[in-house]
Amino acid sequence: MVTIHSPKIALDEIWAALAEVPDPEMPFVNLVEMGIVRDVDWVDETLRVIITPTFAACPAYEVMGANIKDRLHQLSIENVEIHFRHSPSWTSEWITEAARAKLKAAGLAPPPHHSGNLVQVLLDPVACPHCDSTNTSLRNSFGTTPCRMIYTCNDCREPFEQFKPL
Amino acid sequence: MKQPKALAEYLIALADDELILGHRDSEWTGHAPILEEDIAFANIALDEIGHARLWYELAAGVTGTDKSRYPDQQVYFRPAVDWRCLQLVELPKGDWAFSMLRQYLFDAFESHRLEGVTASKHQPLADVAARIRNEEFYHLRHTRAWVPRLGQGTEESHRRMQAALDELWPYAQGLGAPLPGELELEEMVPHSHSLFMLWSSEVTQFLIEAGLDVPKSGGCVEVDRAVHSEYFPALIADLQEVAQLDAEAQW
Repeated sequence: MVTIHSPKIALDEIWAALAEVPDPEMPFVNLVEMGIVRDVDWVDETLRVIITPTFAACPAYEVMGANIKDRLHQLSIENVEIHFRHSPSWTSEWITEAARAKLKAAGLAPPPHHSGNLVQVLLDPVACPHCDSTNTSLRNSFGTTPCRMIYTCNDCREPFEQFKPL
Repeated sequence: MKQPKALAEYLIALADDELILGHRDSEWTGHAPILEEDIAFANIALDEIGHARLWYELAAGVTGTDKSRYPDQQVYFRPAVDWRCLQLVELPKGDWAFSMLRQYLFDAFESHRLEGVTASKHQPLADVAARIRNEEFYHLRHTRAWVPRLGQGTEESHRRMQAALDELWPYAQGLGAPLPGELELEEMVPHSHSLFMLWSSEVTQFLIEAGLDVPKSGGCVEVDRAVHSEYFPALIADLQEVAQLDAEAQW
């Protein structure tokens, strides 16, 4: 008996497809540039996608898994397994520069680089994503989703959210 | 891996504390004194529940049960008598001062425990603790701002915060008792007693600076986590009611 295996899709084509899967809450960025999709490999006929959830209580990452599978099914990859990897922990340091620019363009201040020192970085002023002023005030360390903080700009008077450094 | 049973007990106790605390915190949703606090405390509640989930999933890994179902089974279908949370987190939410102070006392202790657990030689345990620690940073920052604000605020806020401390302090002493399984785990985890020494001097200093009188220690309530407060059965009934209406329902 001859078993015919369909040719496996190349990994770079798969990564390109994954980079088209938007974050469910922030559809202007994708799951690859947010540092959520960590690795992809073939295990026999199954494609394994490793994702690291961001904030522990983020309710969106199961939706992310489903959206990843849908996108891969469009490439005719039927057997997909989503694996959650918790170590190393997700950090906002993994958000790419391109994604940071997209966050700002969408009115969400990107998180500062912190190199593990949250205490220090939270003392620094945050720039308004609308007018770039650093004359801003923190209103709430907690926002509309687990990953956001709420600010107001004292110059242009707009409220805005910042992606929380983690 | 040695001592899986002890490790599972330890993890479930950690998870139970987080879940019940998150549940009590969530009772403020829609009822907080100002909108920003409604948002903030709902987020803190959600974070605690997320942390509980991480500990339950680690316990599932240790016991070889299905990780995807285990947290729901533990939370929605386990009888009250089988839970291993501390009475401190079971207490009803009280007024705003009470909830802010309870959260501070608990999180200040958890901060020390997480520091210790991130150094554990058991890597999966250390990894989860590292995950949680950075999120907890924001919680402690939040309640550390509220406690002095209320302690030194108006006559009324001071009175309420002092009353909260008088009620919470005996329950908080229970933090120093070893968790289930902790003694068998030996050097794999930090010892609650040592953590308690660190916590005790730190929070005592902090509370005095917040304008409060710290009660004399010695009046500790029940530390056996198998013994629950009078409030716990109603809490569990409330928590589990909807899921148990139809155990097979798909959500």
